[in-house]
Amino acid sequence: MSLIEVINVSKHFGGLAAIKNVSFNINPGEILGLIGPNGAGKTTLFNVVNGFFPPTKGEIMFKGKRISHLQPHEICKLGIARTFQVVKPLQRMSVLDNVVASAFLRAKNKTEAIRIAQETLKFTGLYNDKEVISKGLPLGKRKKLEIARALATQPEVILLDESFAGLNHSELNESIEIIKKIKERGITIMIIEHHMKVIMAISDRIVVINYGEKIAEGTSQEIRNNPLVIEAYLGDAKSA
Amino acid sequence: MKKYLPLIILAILSILPLIGLSSYAMHILILVIMWAAIGMAWNLLGGYCGQVSFGHAAYFGVGAYTSGILYYKLGISPWWGMPLSIVVVSLFSLVLGFIVLRLRGPFFALATLAMGEVMRVTTENIGWLTGGTLGILIQKRTWVSKFGYYYIILLVAAGTFFLIKKLIESKLGYYFVAIREDQDAAESLGINTTLYKTIALCLSGALTGIAGAFYTNYMGYIDPHVVFALHDISIVTIMIVMVGGVATYWGPLVGAIIMVFLAELIRTIPGLGAAHQTLFGILLIVIIIFLPNGIVGDFAKIKKIFKQEAPRNELN
Repeated sequence: MSLIEVINVSKHFGGLAAIKNVSFNINPGEILGLIGPNGAGKTTLFNVVNGFFPPTKGEIMFKGKRISHLQPHEICKLGIARTFQVVKPLQRMSVLDNVVASAFLRAKNKTEAIRIAQETLKFTGLYNDKEVISKGLPLGKRKKLEIARALATQPEVILLDESFAGLNHSELNESIEIIKKIKERGITIMIIEHHMKVIMAISDRIVVINYGEKIAEGTSQEIRNNPLVIEAYLGDAKSA
Repeated sequence: MKKYLPLIILAILSILPLIGLSSYAMHILILVIMWAAIGMAWNLLGGYCGQVSFGHAAYFGVGAYTSGILYYKLGISPWWGMPLSIVVVSLFSLVLGFIVLRLRGPFFALATLAMGEVMRVTTENIGWLTGGTLGILIQKRTWVSKFGYYYIILLVAAGTFFLIKKLIESKLGYYFVAIREDQDAAESLGINTTLYKTIALCLSGALTGIAGAFYTNYMGYIDPHVVFALHDISIVTIMIVMVGGVATYWGPLVGAIIMVFLAELIRTIPGLGAAHQTLFGILLIVIIIFLPNGIVGDFAKIKKIFKQEAPRNELN
């Protein structure tokens, strides 16, 4: 059975349809890539799954239960965590405290929350920066902090919104390793990414959206050869 | 040493009246401690949880009138107002929170400011309950000497201090600060921001209300213009915390000492007395520009200014 089912979801902002009738499933344990040109509605789709925006039409199901009417914190409690494309560190808190704050979701007491946070920081390679006030972190580490914070809520599914954008080559490789390790832990991943090489390499399946509509779904090989996808990214062959 | 600092200061404050201070000095000390308690209460909501309230006079006033009305309408000792105000002000905060906590940032601040004024005007107009603009006079004071009042408010302030310290170091504290830093991020980390903001507001309100109830007992007279005052209560509360240090344990006490002494000092200068608000304003501007985290928050910076004699170009 699918872990998350997105069923005929539409999201309108006034007269603008940011997402039109999108449906797809996320299977347990897989990495699902979500790609599409700028403004296609990827982040909006995340915000709908995560509960920030209720869908105008359609349903989101998590483990067979309807979650599309819930608040973000309730959805997080059920086991879906997310990161933000525009990173939102808790600026005047240390890196450790950032992660402790999110570890409290499942920890019974402060000692346990700190233990979970420290483990998560080691896992994401931020342990040496734990005392740094997160305002002073470089972008690469802020992106990792987003991942660490999401992981500390001990989710079943993690939604990663452009966790690789703006990273240099070595940071990119580190982050790919982290994603692979997250998958090994049995956590399902849905990821938005512009970096084609990365997404093609790590995704089990890919969903492509353009102008708010799903235009393709399949393995990276299928996506690469799909004429609709090529058209969305490169334009129509005839008009070129 | 640092761990025992609160206890040491509490001990010093406990024996301070025993050295035989004048009635006036005791009055000043009582005011300092009362304002410190109010500042700490504000700091919980405004400093840690980031919900800057311009209407703390509303809680102070409701607390004060809880005591006052008990005496005025029911003939019960106004001291019962102190425990009762916890219940009354918590409920009041809950209702208020339902309205104002839907708003964020400056809109929240403006809504709380309006609420404080609404409470003042309402209290003026329901004379059958509150005595209207005539206020409520407690005919018989409990004590002539100030000792009893001093120890009661010291107990309230110490209780407030330790309660807030305990809260801030717990899960609640982490959640409050997370909400202050980024409400959307906090929400996505599974924090029920509405719930925790309401908790912060109710706690902050109730603690302010106790101080208000104490005020009624201590001063023996309240009227809407005094206890619901925008500039004399709401703004002074914010100033105390800003001057002392936002989101610090000791900031409100330091701020209260400075503000109360400054107000008294200026009042003694002939021809300048009425200008103390102006001077407070100037002080606030200076603090915001040079010590944005207040005296306690920027203490390291202050120490550096005094030490920094020879090496002008220190490495950053």
